Amino acid sequence: MSGLFEGKKGLITGVFNKQSLAWAIADRVMAEGGECGFTHMPDKPDDARKKNEGRVRKLIDDQPNAKFLVPMDVTNDEHIEAVVASCKENFGKLDFLLHSIAFAPPEDLKKDTVDTSREGFKLAMAISVHSLMAITSATKDLLNPGASILTLTYYGGEKAVPGYNVMGVCKAALDATVKYLAFDLGPRDVRVNALSAGPMQTISGRGAGVDEMLGLYEAMAPLGRNVTHEEVGKSGVYLLSDMSSGVTAEILHLDAGYNAMGSPGRMLDKIKAAKG
Amino acid sequence: MASVLERVTEIVSEQLGVDKDKITPETSFVTDLGADSLDTVELVMELEEEFDINIPDDAAEKIQTVGQAVDFIEKGQGGE
Repeated sequence: MSGLFEGKKGLITGVFNKQSLAWAIADRVMAEGGECGFTHMPDKPDDARKKNEGRVRKLIDDQPNAKFLVPMDVTNDEHIEAVVASCKENFGKLDFLLHSIAFAPPEDLKKDTVDTSREGFKLAMAISVHSLMAITSATKDLLNPGASILTLTYYGGEKAVPGYNVMGVCKAALDATVKYLAFDLGPRDVRVNALSAGPMQTISGRGAGVDEMLGLYEAMAPLGRNVTHEEVGKSGVYLLSDMSSGVTAEILHLDAGYNAMGSPGRMLDKIKAAKG
Repeated sequence: MASVLERVTEIVSEQLGVDKDKITPETSFVTDLGADSLDTVELVMELEEEFDINIPDDAAEKIQTVGQAVDFIEKGQGGE
């Protein structure tokens, strides 16, 4: 059987557990024949159980197409260099790169955006935005012509989504970064895109207050529902594979159409009905 | 079918890597089992999946022991 990723090799960052969107995408890429190297969030030195590594190890253990697993702190250049060395050693060249990394200190995420701390802002931007530049820069000489880079963003970077707060500001910067990197890497025939999924039950989603958003999307989105992990996998495969050749600097909304609405849509009927 | 306590114990044991016989209703996730904030969120998500329930954040914050998790789940299922 030949899949979309037969003979292709790439790096997957940002898998935390089985609910991770990065996992939804990687799982499908591997099912299509792609070979993947993974990075995990580093474990604290005093964590004997190495929980972060263990969570990812558990997922990839029985996957013949998962070729390596290494820690990566994206604010540490030595870590990034070690990841690049693993890519070189295992794969030589890369055909795809998934960036699925974001962080803001919970105490800043919970604050009104106006009160974001300087340190919290710097850390959030370094991990959620600069990491895409840093990883892309470090791997750019390994990327084959036709390679695809994909990052995960959210609509809260385009419009104010109360509760998303400083992470929305980071996503706005990430969206802009996608466009600039697409320009920079264009001459290498490397594409850079972003997938903007609706709210999902992931570890990050929980941190960003996904619960309330799920009901809102269901009520407002043209399709009248939320999107699934399987759909994230499918869109991810499209954007990381040659199926999307010619597409770069694009932000694909996988959100049942929510972003196109200029009014609460069918939710208005419910509001009217509630008024009697 | 296994009781709610048995099913919760199974999940806690698996998620936090502790022996089942060390887990009682009084066991605290943070104090006794060393769960950090990511462990806690992950645990909540596992319980939601296992019991097909929704545990809102404010309720999750109040669930600190195995017994409290069992109580929440049993109330949600209309049990005592």
